[in-house]
Amino acid sequence: MLAYIIRRCLYAMPIIIGVNAIIFFLFFYVNSPDEVARKILGEKNITQEAVDHWKREHNYHLPLFINSQEQGSAKISQTIFFKKSLGLLWFDFGKSDRNNIDISSQIKRRMKPSLLIALPTFLLGILVEITFAMILAYCRGTYLDYIGTIVCISMMSISGLFYIIGGQYLFGIVLKLFPISGYDTGWYALKFVSLPILIGVVAGIGGDLRFTRTIFLEEINKDYIRTARAKGLPEEMVLFKHCLKNALIPLLTTVVMTIPFLFMGSLLMESFFAIPGLGSFTIDAIQAQDFAIVRSMVYLGSILYIVGLLLTDISYTLVDPRVRFE
Amino acid sequence: MIRVLPTDIFIFILLASGSAFIFSARRREYWRSAWRQVQRNRAAMVSLFLLSLYASIALIDTIHFEDKNTGVTLSLLDVLATPLRQQVEKTYSAPFATHQYIKESFSATNGTTLRTYPRLIYGGAHLYRSDAKMKDITLRVIKGVSQGSIAAVVLAGIFLGSIHSFITLFSRNGSREKERNISRQLVAYTLIISFAITIPLALLIQCSTSYHLFGTDKIGNDVFYRSIKSIRTGLVIGSVTTLIVIPFAIFFGVIAGYFGGIVDDLIQYVYSTLSSIPSVLLIVSFMLLVEVGETVGDIAWRADRRLLSLCLIMGITSWTGLCRLIRGETLKLRELDYVQAALSFGVNRLKILFRHIVPNLMHIILISFILRFSGLVLAEAVLAYIGIGVDPSMESWGNMINTSRLELAREPIVWWNLCAAFFFMFGLVLPANLFGDALRDALDPRLKS
Repeated sequence: MLAYIIRRCLYAMPIIIGVNAIIFFLFFYVNSPDEVARKILGEKNITQEAVDHWKREHNYHLPLFINSQEQGSAKISQTIFFKKSLGLLWFDFGKSDRNNIDISSQIKRRMKPSLLIALPTFLLGILVEITFAMILAYCRGTYLDYIGTIVCISMMSISGLFYIIGGQYLFGIVLKLFPISGYDTGWYALKFVSLPILIGVVAGIGGDLRFTRTIFLEEINKDYIRTARAKGLPEEMVLFKHCLKNALIPLLTTVVMTIPFLFMGSLLMESFFAIPGLGSFTIDAIQAQDFAIVRSMVYLGSILYIVGLLLTDISYTLVDPRVRFE
Repeated sequence: MIRVLPTDIFIFILLASGSAFIFSARRREYWRSAWRQVQRNRAAMVSLFLLSLYASIALIDTIHFEDKNTGVTLSLLDVLATPLRQQVEKTYSAPFATHQYIKESFSATNGTTLRTYPRLIYGGAHLYRSDAKMKDITLRVIKGVSQGSIAAVVLAGIFLGSIHSFITLFSRNGSREKERNISRQLVAYTLIISFAITIPLALLIQCSTSYHLFGTDKIGNDVFYRSIKSIRTGLVIGSVTTLIVIPFAIFFGVIAGYFGGIVDDLIQYVYSTLSSIPSVLLIVSFMLLVEVGETVGDIAWRADRRLLSLCLIMGITSWTGLCRLIRGETLKLRELDYVQAALSFGVNRLKILFRHIVPNLMHIILISFILRFSGLVLAEAVLAYIGIGVDPSMESWGNMINTSRLELAREPIVWWNLCAAFFFMFGLVLPANLFGDALRDALDPRLKS
């Protein structure tokens, strides 16, 4: 088992390096530091001196790969690649382009509000999905199942923005149950995060429920279920004892995959509700064209994806030993 | 003077390849039986009708030409909807309103100022007294329905008559009576479809020129016109994006699956690396870079270029999923008996690829094309909100939502902008989902739920 985990981790290494290479190519090669400087400084007819000055302040004046003016190891260490891109590998994100704030400390501080919304949304979502999927699987072939499927497809055809804007209007403005923007610390946060959580769960139901329902139906047509029924077990017992347990295996893989992404928060939800999480951090950076922050978030997102993939594989071998022997 | 914008070319390519596909699929039993199964699904057929309605509006909007006098690029749809395009009010007005939504000050003749809702310049301007509005609208609806019904009957008559004469002209003398007559089902469907087209059209002609059906937005543009114009943008994003990546996905997927070895490893490495970057963030990083240097051409050209680059970038990020699917299927097909048989007969490897493997991948491509479509249309709105969507000068549902997202919070609220955008978007995405599901069930029995 340990050997397998180590092997999987080693396999992830080239992908991390590849991601780093893509980010470097996009942010330093396609988009030259001169262009970044001009965008940040913002004025149309800016002098070359001002651009150079800004570049020197933010370490963008260095050559890309090899600094021929330096001696020894400084030849490699005094470059953009070493200072800006290689550091990402050990999570050294550096300073932002605009306000010179430390990105790592920002990420650490903003992770909590993001998680406070993403985690409950995720857990509640799974609970609701499995409950409804079991009901639909129990009544498969009836009108209830048919209507449920239609409702699912309709709900997934509605734009996510509609859920947010409509939810804010209904609960925030008409019913005045929740505030529609802001954040507070401690228990006061509950007031601000409950509406985003509610909307997040409702917006996710359509697609996820349909997916879960398909898994349940696949499981319910298998031989061991027929055996259980042939033994004379009541349908409820078959569904809860046999079907649920085995349907959790394919569900687990998709669930584990999304766990790391919870740290990133939701781009839209946080931005609409003005919650100081990582999602709104990213959106603000995009709108302000702060390339250093966008770069860091792209890298962080990719690492979380790779971690998710790793966890999925490992959890799969844990719950289904057949995979390990292959 | 006809003018061809970059995305127009892709729409024509899509149209040509779509018709070529239908033409070749008509002769194959596999596709015909799938089509028969889709036909039995009523929801899917209604969806197909709605989708073709959207598609034909987008097509009319695709034929562009340059206006000689002003030098502005217009589409056929712009010309057809000239009254809608030109009847611009001052600011917000509600659907079917005769008065503006916001008060204005007037100085009366006796020197006092009066704050009141002014009459609209175009909406209901033909009415002498605005309280005659309900009567006028009812009259127009009755007129529209009756005109539409007459047109529907005439159209259906012409269509069925020409089919009937076509059959009697070309059927052999000995053919059975049953084959020569038009089935009752065909008559019913023709009538339903022609009613479904002509009545809304007649209602539109009756009402939309004298009223603003969905009101007007902040700067007085007709919201209905904006929603209709957005259809093309939505369809382009949904379809051209996948169209661009299909050749690459087939090429790399088939090569990886068929030849295996180091080529397979390399291609797998590339797509797993690309797919590890969260797609929204990858699109963002690409779009931030593309924004530089788009200064050539006029507004229409620049907006269209940006739309195309958005499609390209979304294509790059969604390429990996299709490639993985195709690789997996090729791996499976490679081991099948008929491919092995062809190999042992000494058939050229390239020929095996083109004759035996690629045609059998078509159903996967078609399914993922349609299932991806709705996701892309929805993604456009999200990208517009983040600020990296289509050009602000281009009409799109995302832009409509983005510019009016605070309107529900203002007092009194303005709901029609958002509702129109969401409604039209829903009207495209729901049929696409329903039709895609039906098609998948028909083409891939293994995936059937």
